[in-house]
Amino acid sequence: MRYMILIYNDPTVFMSMSQEQQGAEFAAYMAWNQEAAQRGVLRDGIQLQPANLATTVRVRDGKTMLTDGPFAETKEVLGGIYVIDCADLNEALDLAAKIPSARHSSVEVRPIMELPA
Amino acid sequence: MNTMHDVIAETFRLESRKVIAVLLSTLCDVELAEDALQDALVIALQRWKIDGIPRNPGAWIMTTARRKVIDRLRSAGALERNLPAIEAASAALADDEDGASDLQIPDERLKLIFTCCHPALGQEAQVGLTLQTLGGLTTPEIARAFLVPEPTMAQRLVRAKRKIRDAGIPYEVPASSEIPARLDAVLTVLYLIFNAGYAASEGDALIRHDLCDEAIRLARVLNALLTDVPGLTEDTEALGLLALMLLHHARRDARLGTVGDLIPLEEQERARWRHDEIAEGVAILDRALALQRRGPYQIQAAISALHAQAAQAEDTDWAQILVLYGALYDLHPTPIVALNRAVALAMQAGPEAGLTALDDPVFSELQSYYLYHAARADLLRRCGRTDAARQAYETALRFTDNAAEQAYLRRRIQP
Repeated sequence: MRYMILIYNDPTVFMSMSQEQQGAEFAAYMAWNQEAAQRGVLRDGIQLQPANLATTVRVRDGKTMLTDGPFAETKEVLGGIYVIDCADLNEALDLAAKIPSARHSSVEVRPIMELPA
Repeated sequence: MNTMHDVIAETFRLESRKVIAVLLSTLCDVELAEDALQDALVIALQRWKIDGIPRNPGAWIMTTARRKVIDRLRSAGALERNLPAIEAASAALADDEDGASDLQIPDERLKLIFTCCHPALGQEAQVGLTLQTLGGLTTPEIARAFLVPEPTMAQRLVRAKRKIRDAGIPYEVPASSEIPARLDAVLTVLYLIFNAGYAASEGDALIRHDLCDEAIRLARVLNALLTDVPGLTEDTEALGLLALMLLHHARRDARLGTVGDLIPLEEQERARWRHDEIAEGVAILDRALALQRRGPYQIQAAISALHAQAAQAEDTDWAQILVLYGALYDLHPTPIVALNRAVALAMQAGPEAGLTALDDPVFSELQSYYLYHAARADLLRRCGRTDAARQAYETALRFTDNAAEQAYLRRRIQP
């Protein structure tokens, strides 16, 4: 089953880390990537630019409305995603718990809608 | 009236809990398994009336339900997507038929318990699912037990079953390294079921024996499975919970007065306690304690055992109970545990000491909890401060909707 891991970070957390801590966080992500790749489950991974670069689009009555910023104004914003292909939810949750951001922010695991070919 | 219809339905009910657990091991779709079982029941009602109940009803139900699973998957459209499930069901059906009528149904209920109590499901859904798939309770029964409208409960159950299927919640006993953490959720669910029966918080019935019985039955199944399944071992907290529930439930006949009023522990007629059940609870607790891994359920069971073993209320070993509440507070520093500890302190060191303890800021959270005010009122009464006691009882009255609890408090105000 394919799952998407959505990583919701509070960007100020990373900014307020010392340089060593940032380096450790980066190394931990590298290690995670390596483990997921070795397990053969990693399908995709994307890191997003900061949320202040986001533009939200809504179409109402045929009119397109644009808003500066992410969909929801919260402290934690979507920072990146992984797509993994696992046997079941337990395996996906096990990997999600190892994502460095899970220790200070939240990561969400959702099954991907599989459309018939 | 014990008609053939009832006998068939009862046989079916007993066997079908095991069958659904087995069906799910190739299916991972609770709704589909239940629909197929329902189909099998309809056929059983027709066939068993004519042919009699088969020698191995479980095997009969299983093969019939498997055929119905295949039928339903075939007619559901999306044949291509369902093909793997159809193949799995067909292969399992062929295996069953090789064994013919001597088929032994493996006990897959442990997997089912862990699936129903998966932390990816909401806790209310875990409780409902456990009662439905393992306890065989109907949706209206579960809705009534948890005081929610039937459509709400029905929707909650359907959502949970779909999440199991669509999010890929596996049907398996977790790896032994994960058992302690996952078992926690299972024990919480069983305890919630028991408490829903033991202290129905609204309406006229204070105890719902059926829910207490069901929680105890499931805890027995869980403990037996943990012992029997290779690679798993007895769990001290699972034993502790079973002991706790047995010890509490043994007092059921003495807890309610003739008009359904609540009788406090010290006033209960101890001859009406079920002493065989107390003995069983104490024996199970002793087995857990011997394994020397203490935990909150065992401590609570030990407290309950001390009450149960006192021949008279005056004989209660409050010094020991106070120590145990202290140990419980170390593990679970909640205001409720602190409240119980304060009451034990009052029994050990006098009501003044208890009242002083109740002034602790930890109780600011309990200002709208009726038991806090009821406990304070009792201590004030024992100190002879009648007016302050009456006021506290009246405050307590404002915070409970349970008719039996209200009657108890009114009795205290006007003796």
